[in-house]
Amino acid sequence: MRKARLATVWLDGCSGCHMSLLDMDELILNVAKRADVVYGPLVDAQEFPKAVDVTVVEGAVSSQEDLEKIRTIRQRTKLLVSLGDCAVTGNVPAMRNSHPARKMLERIYIEGAQESRVVPTDGVPALLRHAVPVHEVVKVDLHVPGCPPSAKAISYVLGELLDGRVPDLTAKVKFG
Amino acid sequence: MRKITIDPVTRIEGHAKIDIYLDDQGHVADTRFHVTQVRGFEKFCEGRPFYEMPSITARICGICPVSHLLASAKACDAIMGVAPPPAGIKLRELIHCAQFVQSHALSFFHLSAPDLLLGFDSDPARRNIFGLIEDNPEMAKAGVALRKFGQEIIEGLAKERVHPSWIVPGGVNAPLAADVRSRILAGLPAARALAERTLEFFKTVLDRFAEEIENFGSAPTMYAGLVNESGGPDWYDGLLKFQDADGKTLAGGIRARDYQRFIGEASLRDSYMKAPYFKPAGYPAGVYRVGPLARLNVAGAMGTPAADRELVEFHQRAGGPAHSSFHYHYARLIELLHGLEKIEVLLNDPAILETHVRSHAAVNCLEGAGMIEAPRGILIHHYKVDEQGAIRWVNMIVATGHNNLAINRAVGQVARHFIEGENVKEGMLNRVSAVVRAYDPCLSCSTHADGTLAMVVTLIAPDGTVVRRIG
Repeated sequence: MRKARLATVWLDGCSGCHMSLLDMDELILNVAKRADVVYGPLVDAQEFPKAVDVTVVEGAVSSQEDLEKIRTIRQRTKLLVSLGDCAVTGNVPAMRNSHPARKMLERIYIEGAQESRVVPTDGVPALLRHAVPVHEVVKVDLHVPGCPPSAKAISYVLGELLDGRVPDLTAKVKFG
Repeated sequence: MRKITIDPVTRIEGHAKIDIYLDDQGHVADTRFHVTQVRGFEKFCEGRPFYEMPSITARICGICPVSHLLASAKACDAIMGVAPPPAGIKLRELIHCAQFVQSHALSFFHLSAPDLLLGFDSDPARRNIFGLIEDNPEMAKAGVALRKFGQEIIEGLAKERVHPSWIVPGGVNAPLAADVRSRILAGLPAARALAERTLEFFKTVLDRFAEEIENFGSAPTMYAGLVNESGGPDWYDGLLKFQDADGKTLAGGIRARDYQRFIGEASLRDSYMKAPYFKPAGYPAGVYRVGPLARLNVAGAMGTPAADRELVEFHQRAGGPAHSSFHYHYARLIELLHGLEKIEVLLNDPAILETHVRSHAAVNCLEGAGMIEAPRGILIHHYKVDEQGAIRWVNMIVATGHNNLAINRAVGQVARHFIEGENVKEGMLNRVSAVVRAYDPCLSCSTHADGTLAMVVTLIAPDGTVVRRIG
């Protein structure tokens, strides 16, 4: 049987969902047997590859770069999974949404610095006005909430998907 | 002029890219390290009750949430004007050591070992922890087991592995159960054996990396770390010390509340990560490094027997303070061992089981700062509140930020040494990424600060002329 092509993506989040994925401990060895991890923070691919079977996304869509990335990912992925509260609801990254941009910028890079008081603009991506959940910009096939979702839940989801089933998450996940 | 971009820098904790500029002869003319993620904690925390801060700021980083929980809780202790009960402090230290173990294991085995064991020039499609599982299952399993050991201690104490709510202003919210203590003690010998074996192995392969050691960010800098009264590392409650490249103390005994007298922050036009500098030396001359390498350079002794033996050998091999950023790996493995030794010492202290673990108080001071050593270096949380305890102002200086200027220089040095001519090979670029990996940067931490919301709206008239640009 062909090994599944699995990708993991970290947008605007804290990597806690990726840590919970690693908290599968030895079970991660089984995933490695059944799937090739073709993209993500743990591997060296520079570009999101084509024909990915499952992509797990952590984090909200917050910058122009996030937005372009998730659109490409959606085109190249069969099943897109929002992993964790930031991807599912916007969560902590969305706490910035009620503040006007300029005040924040000045607070951090002008008031919050003693030297070279400039707002970064070169070689860094612009932010969107609001940090938004993934399903607000592309179609999402499965939502797995939690801050982070437990390793057990992630393990179950990956196992079911790799077996070709849609996981039933009733009573297996919670927000927060 | 030609530009090569490494985007993203892979196998690091966060979002970054590197631009390398080549001149017409193919020599590296310039390099830029851009950190590309931004958050906004310092602004959006304003107005929130101070006691929410540990839980909110834990979400800065899923790798070292315990570090943020602790620095934040210490700042809250200062606002309440209380010290946690002795057992509360010991339990905070214990979970902190567990965090060092899991985080250092992740950095070494999951992120950097693929370069060191499979090779900088090996197939990029397999140069990762999964490739390591196939090629060197014993090493990969050791990494999984050591990380798990640290995470299980965190889970045993705090009920959850990531973002636990157990560390609170005034202490911790539940004592240690005797059976959890026994379980951790039972697992220690195996973890110790894995850590020692890995360290021994690493020392045997050091000679293979002579060229990298020589050229991986090897310029001397100042160093900073938290030390106790006998000069050894104190990750939870040490006082800040700065020393120069030759090991001479520049400033010491600095408490959290005085950090601003010694550390300034500069903004950079091309990165969302600000650059702290040693204030007495000014900007940009005040480059210093923090984290495992810096901590071993500023420590007179580790204070635990096995790590002390290793520290002596570490300095012998380096011929004094170790300057090569490649040695961050080496220092990290020694600290992993030290963390395991400290866990044993703490668990064998009968007072660790005492049940009074939390002090209660309301707001007594309108300002508080907390400082600890996170796995990647010094972490400072600094809050001001109103009389009701609502946050009015927040500043955080995060481990990786301190290293910003040094990482920039290291990237330049590696690029200039390894990249030459028209035929730029992937392995050369991987070495540029690898020097960033050596610092184990946590960019999700360092970009908690907010950045630009540079959405531009352009109003265009029917004839195509721009009427107005807002943004």
